[in-house]
Amino acid sequence: MRTGRRTFTGLLAAAAAVAIGGAPASAQDKPAELKIAITTFLSGPASVFGVPGKNAAEMIAEDINKKGGILGVPVKLSFIDEGAGGEALVSNYRRVVQDEKVDVTFASISSGSCNQLVPLAEDLKVMNLMWDCGASSILEAKKYRYNFRTQANATQEMMAVLIYLLKKKPDFKTIAVVNQDYAWGRESWEIFSTALKQLKPDVQVVGEFFPKFGAPDYSTEVSRLLALRPEVVLTTSWGGDLDTFVRQAGQRGLLRQSTFVLGIGETSLQRLGRDVPEGLIVGARGDHWFLHPEMKNKPEFKAFNEAFKARTGAWPIYPVYHMAQAFAALQAAYDKAGKAAGGKWPSREQVVDAMEGLTFQAWGRPVRLREDNQGIEAQLVGTTKRGEGYDFMVLDDMMIFDSTKLINPPNQKTGDWLKTLTPELIKLEVPVFKHGG
Amino acid sequence: MNLTIVVLAALDGISYAALVFLVSVGLSLIFGVMRIVNVAHGSLYAYGAYAAATIGIAVAPISPWLTYPGLLLAAIGVGTILGGLLERFLLRLVYGRDEALQLLITFAVFMILDNLQRVIWGVQPIFAAAPLQLLPNISVLGVGYTSYQTLLLPGVAALTLIGLRYFLRHTLGGAVILAVTEDREAATAIGINPNRVFLRTFILGAILAALGGALASPTTSLLPGIGTEMIVLSFAVAATAGLGQIEGAAIAALMIGLARAFAIYTYPEFEVLVPYAIMVLVLLIRPQGLFGATRLRRI
Repeated sequence: MRTGRRTFTGLLAAAAAVAIGGAPASAQDKPAELKIAITTFLSGPASVFGVPGKNAAEMIAEDINKKGGILGVPVKLSFIDEGAGGEALVSNYRRVVQDEKVDVTFASISSGSCNQLVPLAEDLKVMNLMWDCGASSILEAKKYRYNFRTQANATQEMMAVLIYLLKKKPDFKTIAVVNQDYAWGRESWEIFSTALKQLKPDVQVVGEFFPKFGAPDYSTEVSRLLALRPEVVLTTSWGGDLDTFVRQAGQRGLLRQSTFVLGIGETSLQRLGRDVPEGLIVGARGDHWFLHPEMKNKPEFKAFNEAFKARTGAWPIYPVYHMAQAFAALQAAYDKAGKAAGGKWPSREQVVDAMEGLTFQAWGRPVRLREDNQGIEAQLVGTTKRGEGYDFMVLDDMMIFDSTKLINPPNQKTGDWLKTLTPELIKLEVPVFKHGG
Repeated sequence: MNLTIVVLAALDGISYAALVFLVSVGLSLIFGVMRIVNVAHGSLYAYGAYAAATIGIAVAPISPWLTYPGLLLAAIGVGTILGGLLERFLLRLVYGRDEALQLLITFAVFMILDNLQRVIWGVQPIFAAAPLQLLPNISVLGVGYTSYQTLLLPGVAALTLIGLRYFLRHTLGGAVILAVTEDREAATAIGINPNRVFLRTFILGAILAALGGALASPTTSLLPGIGTEMIVLSFAVAATAGLGQIEGAAIAALMIGLARAFAIYTYPEFEVLVPYAIMVLVLLIRPQGLFGATRLRRI
């Protein structure tokens, strides 16, 4: 009976949602609060991203509310643990949308979660900001109305890292990869290696290793790489896996033997401390760096970073900035929709309308949403260097890429576009910034 | 396959096998004596690792060499306290009950301890490499190895195997454990307290799991979920050997470690698959495991 009743309630809620969605969009009275549900990893290995993301969300929401809320309405957050896994995630998401009637959702970190929740958000007609997941394929499958990615996808991220490598080390001939054995590890290598073949066809891939996600030991991979002697080693691993691999490689001299490219290594730098040498190439999944050369002197940027450090004990990493971008997009959309509604509280549909083609800015360069709802986000890549005043490596020789040319057009699939690339792309003009410059 | 690859892969395989053996032998010992498949064994591994790292980070500024006794202290402390509490207040209540119930209870303990671990140590990876960095690197065929992983870990594993064998076969304490394992009623009749034997055995198994974690801690990042990875692998080793088989666990760990290393050198795509493929193959042919026998001595 309980199940039946729930199903019936769910049907009623779905019917109500459809009725609201189908009604003409019109401005409404201000609600008591703007409810935001956020999916993030609060358990499991990916909580190294999820917990800082949650901390950032709470800090930003407090700040928004202190300033009077969004269009005068305070925001209220609720969190769903992505670590709980597929079924629990989907049912929790459905519950907060249908029962708690949240106004907007930010989902998710994992591309697997996004793959599950994006179609559901579309069905439930709730606006969803994909705040951190990167798989390029999600928005290539179909055109969505309610789903928007407020940051780059894997294509922009990998292309920036590859072009940085080709600019810094144009003559390398051999490369090996050590990525985690799951969707991101495979997809990021697919993008990188396909583009590499086009941009520098004479490079030989001498080793491809995909150790198990969460592997505690990389000794054998390190031994093999020491014997293979590739000039470049790429890894897009993250979290504890990346820390373990880099430390084991450093302990045995591999970091000195090969040029290491840590595709999304920005999040590990503070933890790795001075155990890593200078000269590692590090990507940041966007132009995210707490010493961002174009932002570091802005008082509000410094204040945000210092407040986060005071709250959590660590400088912000990219998931923090991605969360800030999702809030910036939400704020910008409500502002735009509010204006369009003549200063009244906009309806949900009006806010969704306002998201289309939106440009917003948090703690990096402005992000633009393309017609396929994909964010075009600048990419920062740098090289590790000892920085005075920090007990960990900072980034130097930073390049900030305008991603417009690093992504496939909306009407073309990533795989097809990558095969059209030519070595001319390496000549792309990119500004370079020194640490402290 | 040339000689270089064989030598390097063998070294990597032995080092990996040493760590897996330490954890799986504890699991096997507990099953052999108490007939309990203890999923919470993975938590004991994780807590041993975290405790060793915590002690290591605290004592390293005084002298990095103090981190070595710290590893041992962490293993004994976690094994005795956590293992003792688990056996005395939980497992003792379910001896002789349905195996599925025991499995579910130890799984629940595993989940609770996993969450508690997050509360105590947080979610950010912790790394405490002082013991690894103290020992020099050695060069084998031009490839640098840490002597910690190449010599110390296999050395500790070999000593553990020899020590366990000696303890069980040549000491009174071992004979008492064997007596309870063989025939609990007869052992009780001659004045042995089986509860005490179970407690001691469980603590010994728990110390071995925690020792595995403590010894792994200098080489790897500690983070939520490390216990899961190790318990799955340990089950594969223990099942391949035959649950309760101590020498068998050593051989199975070696087989799996070497096969994994050779896979990485030759067909890296099979790295993840190999340990479990070996387990499935062995169990299909010999459901009791390589060294398991239905009516022979269980440890």
